[in-house]
Amino acid sequence: MKIRLDHVVKTFQTFRAVKDVSLEVQSGELVALLGPSGSGKTTILRMVAGLEFADGGHIYFGDQDATDIPVRDRGVGFVFQHYALFPHMTVAENIAFGMDVSKVKREKAVIQARVTELLRLVRLEGLGDRFPAQISGGQRQRVALARALAVDPKVLLLDEPFGALDANVRRELRRWLREIHTTLGITTLFVTHDQEEALDLADRVVILKDGHIVQQGTPEAVCRDPKSAFVMKFLGDANMLSAEVRDGRAYADGAVIEAAGLADGKAELYARPGDLDWVPQGGGIAATISRVMDRPSGRRVIATTRSGVHLELDLEAERTVKSGENGFVTLRRAKVFPV
Amino acid sequence: MGTMRTGRTPPRVGDGPFFRRILIGIVLILGAFLILAPLLIIGVEAFAKGWQVYRDTILHPDTRHAIMLTVLTALVAVPVNTAFGIAAAWAVTKFDFRGKAFLLVVIEIPFSVSPIVAGVAYLFVYGLQGLFGPTLDAYGIKILFAIPGIILASMFVTAPFVARELIPLMQSQGRDLEEAATSLGASGWRTFFSVTLPNIKWALLYGVVLCNARVMGEFGAVSVVSGNIRGQTNTLPLHIELLYHDYQAAGAFASASILALIAVFTIIAKVALERRGAGRVRPAVNPAEKTA
Repeated sequence: MKIRLDHVVKTFQTFRAVKDVSLEVQSGELVALLGPSGSGKTTILRMVAGLEFADGGHIYFGDQDATDIPVRDRGVGFVFQHYALFPHMTVAENIAFGMDVSKVKREKAVIQARVTELLRLVRLEGLGDRFPAQISGGQRQRVALARALAVDPKVLLLDEPFGALDANVRRELRRWLREIHTTLGITTLFVTHDQEEALDLADRVVILKDGHIVQQGTPEAVCRDPKSAFVMKFLGDANMLSAEVRDGRAYADGAVIEAAGLADGKAELYARPGDLDWVPQGGGIAATISRVMDRPSGRRVIATTRSGVHLELDLEAERTVKSGENGFVTLRRAKVFPV
Repeated sequence: MGTMRTGRTPPRVGDGPFFRRILIGIVLILGAFLILAPLLIIGVEAFAKGWQVYRDTILHPDTRHAIMLTVLTALVAVPVNTAFGIAAAWAVTKFDFRGKAFLLVVIEIPFSVSPIVAGVAYLFVYGLQGLFGPTLDAYGIKILFAIPGIILASMFVTAPFVARELIPLMQSQGRDLEEAATSLGASGWRTFFSVTLPNIKWALLYGVVLCNARVMGEFGAVSVVSGNIRGQTNTLPLHIELLYHDYQAAGAFASASILALIAVFTIIAKVALERRGAGRVRPAVNPAEKTA
């Protein structure tokens, strides 16, 4: 089922949570709504679900205008941030709930069979008789997903699906959710504030800020070509240097980089730690190493420039650098945004 | 390895043996004088003139009528206040609307207002010289010095009990469960009965028990609006007072023993309910789990 948001607006009292958002999610696509807290991402998800009604604009499911269809009749599967499992029901009862209350009457045996099938899908066979308080966080998350899938929703919506789990479980569940999506092919929209999660999981990432969409595209597109300083900073660690653009080149503290198409004047230059390198002699931005942090994948170096800016560099594990060393930071690539 | 020294606790402020004995002593003596002694007196005095007098008092038509009226009042006031309490708690915790803070204050008013004030207020509203009194009188509807007045006054005094038990619990539970149920296709009623009610049932029962105890024991407000007509508008607490003023101490204590018995049952029910509410029966009913 294709979802289309057309100039959607939502205001809470005086706070405009969502300002004129238009968005298309293709049938079978897995899309991430990514943004810091307060960016309106959860509100958008809740409006798609029908848990909030839009103040302006329209939401279409396929060709049908779903803007004012209440959540009960909208046919969406919603997975809540804290799972919202019914604590007084067993895992099996939780999963069966949607079928039990459905207007479409089902035989007991049919419901039983579907519950068993879903428990297998989420790999929780044999846990049907447990109560939510008796299973782990990761298992609860999977029960919540099974419960949402039980009523064959047209659309699957997940609010911070892995937010409450620890890092290892999160990574595992991420891969698993991707597999389930591939198997079922259900149109899926999920909200996250975790860039890594969005980039790992989604076909397409929609980045939000203050109730607007600031950029959307495939993970590759948004990573390689961030259109604004905000996206650059939000997607990962980024160093910032004040720069000056002259004749299509940006100059910053002795470093020069292509900035074709930019007007002359003040600008900001952004570079990822991995886009910077360190040379003892030669040229570049003169700096002193103030700290070296060793990590499993390499060495993170903090270098302080003459003008007092701290730059973070990622170097290979074999590099011998130590704090106090003088040298130059060179730019492999960088993004320049006018101020 | 040395000997294990278990069961030792580090000294805390005011934890000296002298201080501890004094404190426990004071509490025990005060408890005995303030709470235990009066309760014992009721039991002793009720049977002071023998079992026969006790039985006669209880079986006296006026006493029986007072008991019946008290039960009737509870039968009307408790369900109405339960419904009100659930509705108020639901509205306050599941919806956002203007005047929510005001509603919370209104719910609390009967707790802070003296019951006598409530009774007098009813006089002004429904009395013959009051706001609606003449109109009601013209239609032959009698509220004051009759059963409706007693029930209304009791309801006013006990209105907050159920709501007060439910609001903090439902607030901590949030709206997620209800939203999940509706997103799965459940109707409002279905959501309430299958999801909301099972998660608040112990707090609700506790509120109902407290409400019932207070309805049956209410004196002040009821005494103003009932008119104290023996055998007609006397509830059990009013009947006790009347007997006492008639110098029928044994009768008064006999009637009081019934109220005391109700109170004891209430306490037992309360303790039992609190245990269940604390999740000893089913590990799953634990609202704190969500935030963990």
